[in-house]
Amino acid sequence: MPLDSHIPSGPMAMKWSKHKQDSKLINPKNKRKYTVLVVGSGLAGASAAATLSELGYKVKCFCFQDSARRAHSIAAQGGINAAKNYQNDGDSVHRLFYDTVKGGDFRAREANVHRLAEVSVNIIDQCVAQGVPFAREYGGMLANRSFGGAQVSRTFYARGQTGQQLLLGAYSALNKEIAAGGVQMYPRTEMLDIVTVDGHAKGIITRNLVTGKIEAHAGDAVLLCTGGYGNVFYLSTNAMGCNVTATWRAHKKGAFFANPCYTQIHPTCIPVSGDYQSKLTLMSESLRNDGRVWVPKKKEDCGKAPSQIPEADRDYYLERKYPSFGNLAPRDISSRAAKEACDDGRGVGPGGRGVYLDFAEAIGQFSQKTIAERYGNLFDMYERITGESAYKQPMRIYPAVHYTMGGLWVDYNLMSNLPGLHVLGEANFSDHGANRLGASALMQGLADGYFVIPTTIAPYLVTQKPGSITTEHPEFKKALEDCTAQTKHFLNNKGKRSVDSFHRELGLLVWDKCGMARDHAGLSEALKRIPELREEFKQNVFVPGSGDACNPELEKAGRVADFMEFAELLCLDARHREESCGGHFRSEHQYPDGEAKRDDENFCYAAAWEYTGDFSKPTLNKEPLTFEEVHLAVRSYK
Amino acid sequence: MSQLNLHLKVWRQNAGQPGHFQDIEAPDIPDHASFLEMMDIVNERLISKGQEPVAFDHDCREGICGMCSMQINGVPHGPEKATTTCQLHMRKFRTGDTIWIEPFRAKAFPVVKDLVVDRYAFDRIQQAGGFVTVRTGAPQDANALPIGKEVADAAMDAAACIGCGACVAACKNASAMLFVSAKAGQLNLLPQGKPEKDRRTLGMVRQMDKEGFGNCTNQYECEAACPKEISVRWITKLNRDYAMAALREGTGNTRKEAGGGD
Ligand SMILES: Cc1cc2nc3c(=O)[nH]c(=O)nc-3n(C[C@H](O)[C@H](O)[C@H](O)COP(=O)(O)OP(=O)(O)OC[C@H]3O[C@@H](n4cnc5c(N)ncnc54)[C@H](O)[C@@H]3O)c2cc1C
Ligand code: SF4
Ligand code: FES
Repeated sequence: MPLDSHIPSGPMAMKWSKHKQDSKLINPKNKRKYTVLVVGSGLAGASAAATLSELGYKVKCFCFQDSARRAHSIAAQGGINAAKNYQNDGDSVHRLFYDTVKGGDFRAREANVHRLAEVSVNIIDQCVAQGVPFAREYGGMLANRSFGGAQVSRTFYARGQTGQQLLLGAYSALNKEIAAGGVQMYPRTEMLDIVTVDGHAKGIITRNLVTGKIEAHAGDAVLLCTGGYGNVFYLSTNAMGCNVTATWRAHKKGAFFANPCYTQIHPTCIPVSGDYQSKLTLMSESLRNDGRVWVPKKKEDCGKAPSQIPEADRDYYLERKYPSFGNLAPRDISSRAAKEACDDGRGVGPGGRGVYLDFAEAIGQFSQKTIAERYGNLFDMYERITGESAYKQPMRIYPAVHYTMGGLWVDYNLMSNLPGLHVLGEANFSDHGANRLGASALMQGLADGYFVIPTTIAPYLVTQKPGSITTEHPEFKKALEDCTAQTKHFLNNKGKRSVDSFHRELGLLVWDKCGMARDHAGLSEALKRIPELREEFKQNVFVPGSGDACNPELEKAGRVADFMEFAELLCLDARHREESCGGHFRSEHQYPDGEAKRDDENFCYAAAWEYTGDFSKPTLNKEPLTFEEVHLAVRSYK
Repeated sequence: MSQLNLHLKVWRQNAGQPGHFQDIEAPDIPDHASFLEMMDIVNERLISKGQEPVAFDHDCREGICGMCSMQINGVPHGPEKATTTCQLHMRKFRTGDTIWIEPFRAKAFPVVKDLVVDRYAFDRIQQAGGFVTVRTGAPQDANALPIGKEVADAAMDAAACIGCGACVAACKNASAMLFVSAKAGQLNLLPQGKPEKDRRTLGMVRQMDKEGFGNCTNQYECEAACPKEISVRWITKLNRDYAMAALREGTGNTRKEAGGGD
């Protein structure tokens, strides 16, 4: 099927303003007749729900946590990018656009990225007006820090809690609209399926996580703002509840899933310490502003205390390999470099899976107080988890799954190939190509929700008669029955193994074969094992408790069932992409110095997979990527 | 890494029914595990015996989402200062310890199941005024209005509240003053929040009372239990803001009971 991304014509820098001018408007009286279902209350969902309600649409917003404010965006630490150029260090919309396209290893759609860079400046204005307490300088102006993949200082932050503060801002806007009656909020409500009528997304099926009631909701359009699928790896920096259910169910109803193999491994996380481990904790990338990454030069030194290893025997490998970006090399590159050092036998800590992130020099230069001001909460968190103080000895870090660039395919209007189904934030595939730069997910989530969708949803809605489909439609009945049947299956199954034990096993497999480095043979093994494991899960999972009450095991079972299916597509995509780019590193495709080798001739496209009813045989649709402004080049950070 | 053998006394309850403590033995718990990972291990064992696991709230496991709760040995979020349950690690316990695990208890936080409670009252309080009325797309440039670093930092201190409810659980009156004062305080302090200050303060405080939270009698257990070290000075500020707002509203109601000593 040909994919039309509906990119507006005209010069790159004019596309978005032109598109806004050309987009149809709906008059205020009519807006009230439309109902928009917003699934998710993270940065993308909360900002979209609030803004659409301000515009006059009727909004229903859903999240599985007990409060909209607890969406996973709350955990983002480091910051949000914006091309404000407040530092007068040469930043501009064009530079942010350029950095993001290059950072994404030339696998993103230029027009979307340019729009993102354009609206980035409005985001900061909006958040400040809401009372978001960004860090400031003594003169009262906003402060900035640097993040990976950029040579300017354009990251705005609120201590180490930027995501929390931005989300609380969006949540307050949402509360304002709930109070005004424009948004109906459904916390502790999980979407189990999407309902399509004549190919259009017209509703969702949900389960009330307190009463267990399975219900149908109809709307004129559906927005999925449900975050990423990093938890397919079981261990990740994501919150425990993050899942692929919403996007996967939409995929099974016809929405294309694009580039699932673009997964981001974050270089600075606290290493795994045992098999009881439930999640991995990120240490923000901002730490690399002041921390220096190193491992011992000699394997024999790995067991020694770091203070016993003299300067001359330390390998500051990022500074050595990438002199111009040094410790601020992009994430994919830094993660792989850490893996190489550990594979080389020079890793530190238990199991040799760790590298040092050392603040001694920065503490010497600025004082411990300054460092505590900048990163105090991160240092405290590190100490709580490891029992060690990073003021006294270097942190030990190792890469961990963190973010997923892949997601449902969307056009310029953020609409998937299923009319009416819009996808925002981490759940879509749009702006980061094969690798996301730090501090740009928060930017994208808020750009999508505050500034893009309020304009781009209208062209779809004007083609629809409001309220024409209700939950009386037979498709709703069918979807309700399917969801009820799945719940019954889990509860009646006479299995022996817990949901978590299956999730762990799946995660280890995917991490091993489709993690930081992948190859054809390994992926083929995974592709053989995943369907077996899925079958075992179906036969042998044990879900205690009942369906008509709060039952966390039942919730997890539904999510893991979807991960079991999704994992196959993830590995298929990774095996089909015979090149290395960004977060997707195929061992067969590298330069002699170990750098990723892209194949622009054959793979300069977004891979949008179509469900066929057979998980092992999805259809591949390609959206060719063309680069008008940023010329395809080997990405170099040397 | 060493292993701990623990005796747990865990609150079990279905919504609307009476609850009870269940004795659960928890041998061989790695001391590197977090408290919630200990609960995972316990649950895994219950499941393998065909029993229903203990329901508890959690999500980020990084101390930021505010979803985890639990009263541990009578203290919300357990014994470690400035630490949420998910960030509490088992190395803080000794082998042989008996650990009492209960839900956050308050009339305004009804039990959903076992250790899970309903804290939506907090959301309703924020809907009653915890925002700045500003439309998307309207604002001026972010640097057009300078805000002193001290003010911005103080606002951030208040904004660090994770809405967990430990302050309520720690208070013998189940007062929500620490939470409400942090939320209102952040916005009342900033120039952007000034125009709606009175409305916000009155709205939030009145909603708090409606939800059935108790009165603050200045015992300050809340501050001690707060995982984000929110200061009780915010309560003083809220009392002042409330008194001024009520005065200006012309009701003459200075609402002494809201916090006593201002
Ligand atoms: C530890 C950490 C630190 C990070 N730091 C940064 C940073 O410094 N800068 C940066 O730019 N990015 C950062 N990121 C990435 C960024 O936080 C996320 O990509 C972004 O917040 C995602 O926002 P979202 O709105 O798309 O989704 P989320 O915030 O994940 O929200 C998803 C929403 O969907 C709901 N939901 C999901 N599934 C269902 C379902 N089936 N039914 C009902 N509701 C559902 C959830 O309840 C939730 O409300 C970080 C990520 C992590 C993990
Ligand atoms: S004030 Fe502290 S204890 Fe109370 S809700 Fe906020 S973070 Fe939790
Ligand atoms: S689980 Fe998020 S704060 Fe504890």
